[in-house]
Amino acid sequence: MADNWVDACAADAVDEEDVMGFSHGGQNYAIYRSPEDKFYATDGLCTHEQVELADGLVMGDIIECPMHNGRFNYKTGEAKGAPVCVNLKTYPTKVESGRVLINLG
Amino acid sequence: MPMKRDYSLVGPENAAAVSKGLANAQWYRCAVPRKQMKELMQRSDAAAIRDTILWVLLFILFAAGATYFWGTWICVPFFIGYGVLYGSSSDSRWHECGHGTAFKTRWLNDLVYKVACFMIMRDPEVWRWSHTRHHTDTIIVGRDPEIAVQRPPSLWKVALYFFGWPTAYVALKKLVIHSAGRLLPDEATWVPESEWPKVYRDARIFLAIHIAAVVAAIAFHSWLPVMFVGPLPLMYGAWLGVYFGLTQHIGLAEDVLDHRLCARTVYMNPIFRFLYLNMNYHVEHHMFPMVPYHALPKLHQAIKADTPTPCASTIEAYFGEILPALWRQRNDPGYTIRRPLPSSATPYAATSGPAVAVPAE
Ligand code: FES
Repeated sequence: MADNWVDACAADAVDEEDVMGFSHGGQNYAIYRSPEDKFYATDGLCTHEQVELADGLVMGDIIECPMHNGRFNYKTGEAKGAPVCVNLKTYPTKVESGRVLINLG
Repeated sequence: MPMKRDYSLVGPENAAAVSKGLANAQWYRCAVPRKQMKELMQRSDAAAIRDTILWVLLFILFAAGATYFWGTWICVPFFIGYGVLYGSSSDSRWHECGHGTAFKTRWLNDLVYKVACFMIMRDPEVWRWSHTRHHTDTIIVGRDPEIAVQRPPSLWKVALYFFGWPTAYVALKKLVIHSAGRLLPDEATWVPESEWPKVYRDARIFLAIHIAAVVAAIAFHSWLPVMFVGPLPLMYGAWLGVYFGLTQHIGLAEDVLDHRLCARTVYMNPIFRFLYLNMNYHVEHHMFPMVPYHALPKLHQAIKADTPTPCASTIEAYFGEILPALWRQRNDPGYTIRRPLPSSATPYAATSGPAVAVPAE
């Protein structure tokens, strides 16, 4: 994967065990802060019906979609069962000088 | 003769809804700060475990009483209680566990979901997907498979729902079709093909249990097994669930993108709310399906300034809105109740047609 690190948000803008939306180049992304205080990033729209995951609920490793409660592991992107059947794309992240960067490749 | 719309999901109304931008559309949502919404969405096993233990204990109590007094008139109230649990309260357990919000622990949701599906004779996968569509396209004609009463309404058909007859008959027919490894054409439009084997598997398991109850009744020369398991308890117990369920959308708008116009919140007493798992907060549930049933009263408080004043009771809902609307829609299917909003609310858009409301920031 080519490097294309993009500044997504301030690290302290995302609460622990929560998610925040971020747009870049007309695409939506979701930035997660895990209970272990690590950052992760995925595509921002649910693979079921393209709903913003940033309105969903983070529980441990799981993001639950606000529309039909479909669940993904946001660390791996794995869809955890109906009604979501297609995995989420994930992106590498790093924190530098209090900012969260994601590698869009 | 009033014009009848085509409610089929594979008919012309489906394409019409898509072309009008009513399918998979953006709906109006009341503004709730993210922090508050996160609190409301929090899952907890405690409330659901408490309510499920009580539910199971009531089943045991009513089944024991019905068996003990079997053959005398005293068994009747016990069967009424058992039937309401079996044929009515299973609906809300199916619903809430289908959303995955009742329990925090996933396998508990799945377990109660399957048990409730069996009782209410709904295929777990088909209904999971049908309900998904109901939430995407709520009361959009040609898109929503769960529109309970089509216009112009047949009052006979509505009355029969209370006896669970059409429900049990259609459910048995589908059980046999699914067990034979087939789906109905409209079901195939909303259930992904990858899930079809699960439909067939569950139908075969459910059918085997139904057959086992009949075999037990024959073997023991007793009606009791089929009074407790299968279509009979669904039929003699469905009435209260239907009474609750018809309050959700009847008489309200079709083809709008604002749940305040197409869903109804009704205040209910604590016994009803236990049986119905707070689904009387129906506008709230549709607008924010992530909020578990035990938090719906709090969500109601959070958004009530932006939603229509709820009906004060089921009696008010039926006599003030539902029955008059059903009566009038027999000859005027376009008749729609538009519930007034408090002055603090974001107004409905000028018409009750599609895309009428402006989403909150
Ligand atoms: S849109 Fe995400 S689960 Fe349906």
